[in-house]
Amino acid sequence: MTSLTSLTIAQARDGLRNRTFSALDLTEAYLSAMEKARVLNAYVVETPDKARAMAKDSDARLAGGQGGALEGIPLGIKDLFATDGVHTQACSHVLDGFKPTYESTVTANLWRDGAVMLGKLNMDEFAMGSSNETSYYGKVINPWRRKGSNAALVPGGSSGGSAAAVAAYICAGATATDTGGSIRQPAAFTGTVGIKPTYGRCSRWGIVAFASSLDQAGPIARDVRDAAILLRSMASADPKDTTSVDLPVPDYEASVGRPVKGLRVGIPREYRVDGMPAEIDALWQKAASWLREQGAEIVEISLPHTKYALPAYYIVAPAEASSNLARYDGVRYGLRVPGDDIVDMYEKSRAAGFGREVQRRILIGTYVLSAGYYDAYYVRAQKVRTLIKRDFDRAWEKVDVVLTPATPSPAFAPGEITDPVQMYLNDIFTVTVNMAGLPGISVPGGLSADGLPLGLQLIGRPFGEETLFQTAAAIEAAAGGFTAAQWW
Amino acid sequence: MSVDQGTVRRVARLARLKVQDEDVPRLAGELNAILGFIEQLNEVDVAAVEPLTSVVTMKMKMRADEVTDGHRAGQIVANAPAQEDSFFMVPKVVE
Repeated sequence: MTSLTSLTIAQARDGLRNRTFSALDLTEAYLSAMEKARVLNAYVVETPDKARAMAKDSDARLAGGQGGALEGIPLGIKDLFATDGVHTQACSHVLDGFKPTYESTVTANLWRDGAVMLGKLNMDEFAMGSSNETSYYGKVINPWRRKGSNAALVPGGSSGGSAAAVAAYICAGATATDTGGSIRQPAAFTGTVGIKPTYGRCSRWGIVAFASSLDQAGPIARDVRDAAILLRSMASADPKDTTSVDLPVPDYEASVGRPVKGLRVGIPREYRVDGMPAEIDALWQKAASWLREQGAEIVEISLPHTKYALPAYYIVAPAEASSNLARYDGVRYGLRVPGDDIVDMYEKSRAAGFGREVQRRILIGTYVLSAGYYDAYYVRAQKVRTLIKRDFDRAWEKVDVVLTPATPSPAFAPGEITDPVQMYLNDIFTVTVNMAGLPGISVPGGLSADGLPLGLQLIGRPFGEETLFQTAAAIEAAAGGFTAAQWW
Repeated sequence: MSVDQGTVRRVARLARLKVQDEDVPRLAGELNAILGFIEQLNEVDVAAVEPLTSVVTMKMKMRADEVTDGHRAGQIVANAPAQEDSFFMVPKVVE
């Protein structure tokens, strides 16, 4: 029975349709694997009753030959997605006890297609973090360990629970979100595949807001095909999100296995940063040669404003966050700490409810938006964003896709990075993509000298997700898959 | 531009965050480190550049100005820490 959890979504889909096993069998296998893996702290809430009920409904539909695209597939949901009647707290204390009376569009799309919910996944508080250490519910442990070591490592963040759960085979796939790298960096740290689609591809409705001009949902999965299957169900044009784009959702899975012959792959010289480990640079070159061997053309390109993406991000994201998080006031939902008057109540509730990193970002955001500073900071950062986007617009005249490393290092240990700016540097390769609104995918490329997964990133044109799946699958075919040895 | 302790207190007040006196020096240090990192944007020439307002070129969607939803007062206050008769309850604000 345990072998059921080793099936990819594509394989499980076939087994369910052929009635080799039932959706309930598959769900039970995952529920029992989740129980054994609690030491990872990937789930903040398990929903076994709901999972079994949904699986039984799936079995009824499958028996009637009416299964949807994800019928009976058990998924984990990041705690940032509103799920009707189920714990939704963005892993923050400020949303203490919050159970929405509505469902996010992305999760509603998944349930429409027959997926089964296993529970809510751990994450950095309000998706602010790159190590999953800022969660109110404690850190997540990466299923991967250094060769010959028992020391715990972080799974990356903010979608650390999603990535760890997929890598540990305690869900078939997971939802995640990415504001500066929160899908791609944890995917790289756990040997999984994560895609942040083009801004506007997935509806943001019902996703707890962090930085609205950057936030985008996407899947984390075990392989490229599974990521393609999940994104097709998650994506939609939604009247409830005016920034969602009215374009038909393609059959992404069809681009998996499509030859890359003739594809022009850009290598941006600005991504060769000082202090990058030699093994990451070597993997990057190896990936380029894999693609060249399969007939792609490798083209050196320049994205001159790359180094300004991260500092501009640390204006735009905290500014938008400080506005979005103004709603947590102890009145409408979540934590309330009594005070002498209403302002005292606001201040005490927010101080008790938000963790240290979130408070830091609210303060930075409030500062850069405060009177006299708006033009010097926010407007300047948005102008730099135009320049970053323009860099890519020029690149698309020469190339179809851009290849970069996903992260500047493999997974590190909890507590290893305490300086906020050092932590922010984790997103140095991923954040440009959010600033320009482009799609980006992280795909495992190999292992570090001490046996940890290393990821590669592919960046595409707006709505060029199919090219990303096509190219990522070509890398995957050459690199193979990577699975953590089970120690839990 | 350097953030002093008075600025930390003023910004915290604007953000409605109660900060403890002993945390103010630490916060000032952290904010200065982050602002120091951001400072490098000043070397970019943005004189003739428009700020980015949308990452995807599209026309703002319009919808008909009509009521499409409502009568959910019970659901809206369902998560409130204090509520009565479908109203949010707050400490007295008018004497």
